[in-house]
Order: sequence, then C-alpha cells, then structure tokens
Amino acid sequence: MSTALVATRKGLFTVSVDPAGTPTIGEPAFVGVPVTNAVRDPRDGALYASLDHGHFGVHLHRSDDDGASWTEIAAPEYPPKPDGVVDVNPMTQQETVWATQLAWTIEPGHPDEPGVVWCGTIPGGLFRSDDRGDTWRLVESLWNVPARAKWFGGGYDEAGIHTVSVDPRGPGRVVIGLSCGGAWRTTDGGATWEIAASGMRADFVPPELAGDPDTQDPHRLARCASDPDVIWCQHHCGIFRTSDNGDRWIEIEQAGPSTFGFAVAAHPDDPQTAWFVPAVNDEVRVPVDGRFVVTRTRDGGRTFDVLSNGLPTGASYDLVYRHGLDVDASGEQLIMGSTTGSLWWSGDAGDRFELVSANLPPIHSVRFC
Amino acid sequence: MAQVTFAKALQRHVTCPTASIEADSLRRVLDGYFVQFPAARSYVLDEQGAVRRHIAVFVGGELIVDRVGLADPVGADDDVHVFQALSGGAA
Repeated sequence: MSTALVATRKGLFTVSVDPAGTPTIGEPAFVGVPVTNAVRDPRDGALYASLDHGHFGVHLHRSDDDGASWTEIAAPEYPPKPDGVVDVNPMTQQETVWATQLAWTIEPGHPDEPGVVWCGTIPGGLFRSDDRGDTWRLVESLWNVPARAKWFGGGYDEAGIHTVSVDPRGPGRVVIGLSCGGAWRTTDGGATWEIAASGMRADFVPPELAGDPDTQDPHRLARCASDPDVIWCQHHCGIFRTSDNGDRWIEIEQAGPSTFGFAVAAHPDDPQTAWFVPAVNDEVRVPVDGRFVVTRTRDGGRTFDVLSNGLPTGASYDLVYRHGLDVDASGEQLIMGSTTGSLWWSGDAGDRFELVSANLPPIHSVRFC
Repeated sequence: MAQVTFAKALQRHVTCPTASIEADSLRRVLDGYFVQFPAARSYVLDEQGAVRRHIAVFVGGELIVDRVGLADPVGADDDVHVFQALSGGAA
C-alpha cells in the first residue's frame, strides 16, 4: 500500500493505492480551504499542512495521528521591518510588506537533526523551526543577502521560495530554489549562503542580463537522493541539470514537445532519470496541441520518452503546478495532479498512468508519504 | 463598551465569540479582545499588526480608514464588526 497527500484548492485529500494498483481517495481534511502544501516527516511520521485562508491569512497545521486529527501550530512570521530600511520590489516599485503571504513549501530537515523543519514563503523568506513547527524564525542570513534587492515575483507579486532541497549527505547542507531569485546554497546550516544558479538562462530580461544568476526563475528543483550532486531544474525558460550541487547548470535544449513547464521529479537512485510535464510556453500554459503528456529522460537529458499511456486521448488543458508531480522512494511510482483537478498514479515509472480522479479541486501539491 | 463580533466564516476556523471591550480606539479594542482570545489575532491581523488585506472591519457601521495603525476612534455606542471582504474569495 502506498499513500500520497494531495493538497488542493478546497482541501487536503489522502490517496491510497493497494498492491493491485487500485486507488482510494479518503475524506478530505480542511474541506473548502485552500491547502498550499502538505508533507509527511519521515523521521517521526508527523504530517504538516500549510493553509492559505485567503481572507484570514496563512496557517499551519500538524497531525501526529496520520491525519485523524490536526493541531494548528505556529505560522512563519516576519520580524518588524527595522526603521529606515527601504525594501522595494524592483519590478513593482512597491514597498515589500514583511508578512507571510504564502507558506509555499514545508520540508523536513535532515535525519540527523530531529525537529528541524524548513518553510519557504512568499515574499521570499526562508524559515527554520527546531521544534517541529511550534516556533519559526526567519533565516536572516538569506533574507539579508544584497542580491535580494534584485528579486521579484514569478507568478505572484513578490518573490517566493518553492523548493528546499535537503542534502542527504549531512545536516546543514541545503539548496533552495526561488522565483525569481535563482538557487542558493548553504553548507553550514544556513549561517552563510552563496548563489548556485550559474548557467541558468532567462529570456524575460534584456540579453545582457540573461545569465544573471540572481534573477533566474527556477520553477522547481529536484535532487537525486543517491547522487546528491545531481539536481534537475524545470526553469521558466527551459530545463537545466547540475552534477555539482549547483556550481554549474547545463541547459537541456530538447525534451519532447516542449521544455516549458513547472514540475520535475528526480529518480531517487538513478541520476540519469527525471520526469517533466510540458506545456506550450510562458504565454500559453496548456499542453502542446492539447495533448497532455509526461516526458522522461533516462540518459541525463540527451533523449526523452514522451509518455501518454493512460493520459487523456482527447484534447486536454491540464497544467501541472510545480509541486504537482512526485516520485516515490522506489523510483517506480509517480503521482501527478493538475489544475483542472485530475489526478493520475503510475506504478511503472510512467509507462502507464491510471486516472485516480478527474473531479478533484485544482491540485496544488502531491507528495508520497 | 464596544461589542466586537466576527463573521461566521471566521468562527469556523478559530474561537472568536462576540465580546464587549471597553476602549476608545480600534487598536485598543482589538488588543483587548485578543488578550481574551489570542488565537484569533493572526486570522485578522498580519504579524506587523495591520488588518489583513481581505478583511473588512466596520466601526459604528463605517469601514475603518487606518488599516495599518488601527487609529480609528471607537465611540461608547459603536459596535465593531469583522467580516471577510468579498475580494478575497476563491471560486
């Protein structure tokens, strides 16, 4: 039996798939409430969910009984902006409000640092908890990097951290991805940070700025667990891969129908294998020719399989958000949810997909647990 | 005494019963209320103390003016109503 958390615009669903491949969707939690992200902490089994109430702000909840009950925990809160500090979004020329607009991703820390949980937010702050989310503190070393003056929103008005990739080689080594502000790396638990986006390319700025690592828009980063120097990136302007933990990103220029998309999943054991869900381009965020497919490379990005077995045969306009695709620890099971509320599962690395539901709310995030 | 009432939509998520608070400004009224019901604070105000963008606050039947400082005066007979603004709805 495998299980996944499916965070949607109208609640959090749990999907179970039995050994025969038959899926079951459980009763939703937080029904009617937008759930941005949900994850299980493999160290203690706790579930975390971030809710975006819209009217009533961002609130985080934790469950210690597999979702039977939830307890509200603290939400990340920014400190007061110091007097005299000018913090202007370069794109909007509006003052950035130091307040959590979205808890975009929650990520358990390294197994050797129990209790540590990371939270990436909009407007661009990374938060760390040392007590399972009971308290949070802004990682000021990242918030205060001079390059933040160049960050701007991608999809939202303000910049946001959507990926916190914990390096399995030891605590304190983390790579984050943010839209728009590139990728950043720490090796000392967040005390210091360095940009890790060289080689990425942006076509939404003048050509002379295309290579500026500080303004890249990686939509999502996915690391190979067994070869942690390998990280895949679905970027706003294409697909990139690093084999040196972000020292240098290499662009993959061909990937089936399109290199535009939001989601990426990395095989946990094979650094040559990753999955993507393409759409036309920035201006037309629908499948190419209305044909919804998944692309998979098994040779480091040199060639791609175009996977469609079990996916819609007619015109389809599903888009998969950046947290909408996940692979399990075996590298064989995939789960994928779309903006039109369709959810698919695969038990054979995408050779065939099974439709779990076509009638869920728009799906923000899926995660095996 | 100002009677502070919250929309039913918020009562679903956090404890926020109607209560009477003696104070002469909205900031003092809400501060007094949140002493009694602290969990409700973060549903109405952000961490810098400003009214959340999609919250509507009425004092004496008028929408408040100072959404950051909450300096709007509260008269002896004024009631305070906290609603969700329709601008924040999600279909």
